[in-house]
Amino acid sequence: MSSAQEYNASGAAGIASPAAVFRVRDVGKTYHMGEVDVNALRQVDLELYEGEFVVLLGPSGSGKSTLLNILGGLDVPSCGEVWFRNRNLSQANDAILTRFRREAVGFIFQFYNLIPSLTARENVALVTEIASHPFSPKEALEMVGLGDRLDHFPAQLSGGEQQRVAIARAIAKRPEVLLCDEPTGALDFRTGKLVLDALARANRELGTTTAVITHNAGIAAMADRVISLRSGQISNIEVNDTKVSPSELEW
Amino acid sequence: MRALDQKLVRDLLHMRGQVLAILLIVACGITAMVTMMSAYDSLKLSQSAYYAEYRFADVFASLKRAPESLAPRLAEIPGVGQVQTRVVVDVTLDVPDLDVPATGRIISIPTTPQPMLNDLFIREGRYIEPNRRDEVLVSEAFAAANNLALGDTIGAVINGRWEELRIVGTALSPEYVYAIRPTDIVPDDRRFGIIWMGREALAAAFDMEGAFNDVALSLSREANLPEVLFQLDQQLERYGGLVAYGQEDQVSNFFLTQEIASLQVTAVFMPTIFLGIAAFLLNIVLSRIISTQRDQIAVLKAFGYSNWDVGTHYFKLVLLITLVGGAIGTGMGLWFGAGITQYYTNFFHFPVLRYEAGTGLIVTAIAFSSGAALLGAFSSVRRAVSLPPAEAMRPEAPPQFRPTLVERWGLQRFFSASGRIILRNLERKPIQGSLSIIGIALAVAILMVGRYMGDAIYYIMDVQFRQAQREDVTLVFNEPRPARARYAIAHLPGVMQAEPFRSVAARLRYEHRTHRTGLTGLEPESDLRHLLDQQLCTISLPPDGVLLTRTLGNMLGVEPGDSLTVEVLEGTRPTLTVEVMGLVDELIGVSAYMDIHALNRLMQEGQTISGAYLAVDSLAINELYDEVKQTPAIAGIAIRQTTIDQFEETIGTSLGVFTTVLVIFACIIAFGVVYNASRIALSERGRELATLRIIGFSRAEIAVILLGEQAILTLLAIPVGIGVGWGLITALVVAYDSELYRFPFFVDRTTYMFATGVVLVAALISGWMIRRQLNHLDLIAVLKTRE
Repeated sequence: MSSAQEYNASGAAGIASPAAVFRVRDVGKTYHMGEVDVNALRQVDLELYEGEFVVLLGPSGSGKSTLLNILGGLDVPSCGEVWFRNRNLSQANDAILTRFRREAVGFIFQFYNLIPSLTARENVALVTEIASHPFSPKEALEMVGLGDRLDHFPAQLSGGEQQRVAIARAIAKRPEVLLCDEPTGALDFRTGKLVLDALARANRELGTTTAVITHNAGIAAMADRVISLRSGQISNIEVNDTKVSPSELEW
Repeated sequence: MRALDQKLVRDLLHMRGQVLAILLIVACGITAMVTMMSAYDSLKLSQSAYYAEYRFADVFASLKRAPESLAPRLAEIPGVGQVQTRVVVDVTLDVPDLDVPATGRIISIPTTPQPMLNDLFIREGRYIEPNRRDEVLVSEAFAAANNLALGDTIGAVINGRWEELRIVGTALSPEYVYAIRPTDIVPDDRRFGIIWMGREALAAAFDMEGAFNDVALSLSREANLPEVLFQLDQQLERYGGLVAYGQEDQVSNFFLTQEIASLQVTAVFMPTIFLGIAAFLLNIVLSRIISTQRDQIAVLKAFGYSNWDVGTHYFKLVLLITLVGGAIGTGMGLWFGAGITQYYTNFFHFPVLRYEAGTGLIVTAIAFSSGAALLGAFSSVRRAVSLPPAEAMRPEAPPQFRPTLVERWGLQRFFSASGRIILRNLERKPIQGSLSIIGIALAVAILMVGRYMGDAIYYIMDVQFRQAQREDVTLVFNEPRPARARYAIAHLPGVMQAEPFRSVAARLRYEHRTHRTGLTGLEPESDLRHLLDQQLCTISLPPDGVLLTRTLGNMLGVEPGDSLTVEVLEGTRPTLTVEVMGLVDELIGVSAYMDIHALNRLMQEGQTISGAYLAVDSLAINELYDEVKQTPAIAGIAIRQTTIDQFEETIGTSLGVFTTVLVIFACIIAFGVVYNASRIALSERGRELATLRIIGFSRAEIAVILLGEQAILTLLAIPVGIGVGWGLITALVVAYDSELYRFPFFVDRTTYMFATGVVLVAALISGWMIRRQLNHLDLIAVLKTRE
């Protein structure tokens, strides 16, 4: 568990002087789909800094999800290198990646991916039980405004509530990075904004480096930086000097 | 409780129908195992404890008459421990309230109790007193079957004189744990009893004073059994000794050991089938659960649960099902086991038949069921574990379909859209389909085996007692008589036909193989005794040479045309060479047959007979019995109908129970397999079926698509199951092939109908349950979720 403390210690220090959390060098990813090879990513170079809120923008098939999966240790690149602080994730084996995810990463998915047989509290507990010094499930759910829905099953929650449970589940372990794949993709405008607000709060209050994938350009306004992908390559990186709060977003 | 365990419990509750089905199958397997194993342990332990405590002898021999002075010389044979000489005679008994004459085996005991071989356990009453010559102990089962109480008397013809014997006690001996008359196939406690009588009184009645006609020996640990038997035979030969034999060939012990051995066969055979099926069902259910929970596995992994955690989670699910099933099975098994062990006391008479079910057995049962479950779960869990998280996150690629064989042959125009969906699904998942077929087929097979036992035994009964043995009554003389005795017999009341036979104890030898058996001389063209071949056609006795039962032929390794050495063990004890003229097929015992005249010639005796087969007028039968009871020359009487009744009463009842249990088990399997397969299909294809509903298919139409597939699988499984059933029955025929009896490969038509019918009903019920679930298909919810 010493490395977990190390991650968190440096993460806390990161707010004052932004340092690179991720360094991605010349990364490519090729999938073999039956008889065709699909180049999901090509020669991607990228850095993510401590405490920043990044939006990865691009149409479907641009490689956003592949990049996010690689950053989160769900997948390894076909070529190139990915560094998380001083760890080379591109060379890591399954056990190292598992520990990395367990200690450092919080995931949020488009379809929430809650365990349907577990209540909101239990879904969060699933993660807090294996983290080293997490919030309690109740605290985490209160942070996303679901303190009164603790014992509801996913089927008893609306889409926005389910996604907020997913956020509580992701932040409960106090991760260093929060990786969100289309978190509002399945939600309407109003609930989407509630969810984004919860993400922004986690980023602001916990200093968690947050990367959000979306094809919704409207969300870009709340980011520190906007990275655009097209056909597996980064087409543009834009620093946003006029960051707005989620409640002011329009799309 | 940990959140992951919470999920486990909820998943189990959610799938309760399927879980219950598997759980019951595991329970059946473990029940069968614990029942049989505990009965096995109990019998085995009771046997060895009883034999040790009551000094069951190691070697037995009977002879005509030898002076008591021979005993010290027998004790000098190297390896011999204790020598117990005795007088043993079979007599006809007249028991109050019993029409039929009974056979009593009177065995001498010392007039004062002393430690002896084959010692007596006195259940009730007391030992005989030295000066009361009419006092006897009788075997407990005989007393119980005939309601004989202490102080009652039974009449016996003892060496031509009618005597009244007074019962002073009931007893058990390790020599008669299974008390059966040599001519019987099932024990009959009413008509065969053991009577222990003071040596002096018995010896005086049979001219055996200072002499004996039976001896039992115990051996030291380092004794060489064949050597002792050889030396004992040499010593006894001049005293008319029949061949000495060891424990292994002692009748009671032989039956008991056979029963224990067949329990062991069943204890392995049955649970293996059940646990195999449970493993298979766990495999299909679990692989299905895992594929529906792909995204959940992905999430767990994304949040840092290791492969080990995920694997353990699914193994726990499996273990929980099997442990609960195992626990139920163990409980049921202990209950049934105690019942079966109790049931055995009807046949096997022990002072105490203690029910033994050690913790070792329970641990084995649990280990067995868990082992089977883990085996079944292994491949699915490995697949779950090896699923890369990023890949698990993506929905499963749409399954690959291709035109089916039917379509490639251009026959699709004969099928509707639904028909094509069914066909393509079956063709796309040949492995799942074949596994379902195997599961249902096994249910059919188990049902066939369950009924087969009954079929086989009634077939044996029919062949043996209606086609081969056609006499009503068999009379056995106390010693060979001249042929004219047949006329005396023919004049007994009610006798319509009498056919004499000659029976000679002999040892048959071919090359180095020997077997001790009776050589039976029959009238040629006998009406009352038919010899049959495999097709149940009558074989006529050749004027010379011998016919052997096929089993005996195999045991000796002889074929028709070979010359067999026959060492006769009575009279002048000639050693003869006889040609084997053919083989006959009998399902019970092993025998050798000759023309009675040829046998008399070989024995160099005049026309001599040992007894007769009778056809009797049923109206006069009681008169016949009364006459026989008073006739000293008749040592034994066997009545065909009582044998059949006795057989049906004892074996029939136990078979009924056995078949019922198997039928319940098989129904559980059939239902478990069919229900699981369709339930899985429903969860796999809920979305597809909901879509069909939305575009306008009726409930009945989608039910046809889903259940049609199961119906086809069930129908395909039935012929496969009949094939598997034949296989299992063949295995049983081989496993139960013994000297005592052989099971014929005979399956009654009703058995096929029964097995098929039960499986179809089980399939219909599970289909009906699935149909009800289809009615509750939530169209909107199904479409909203991600595939």
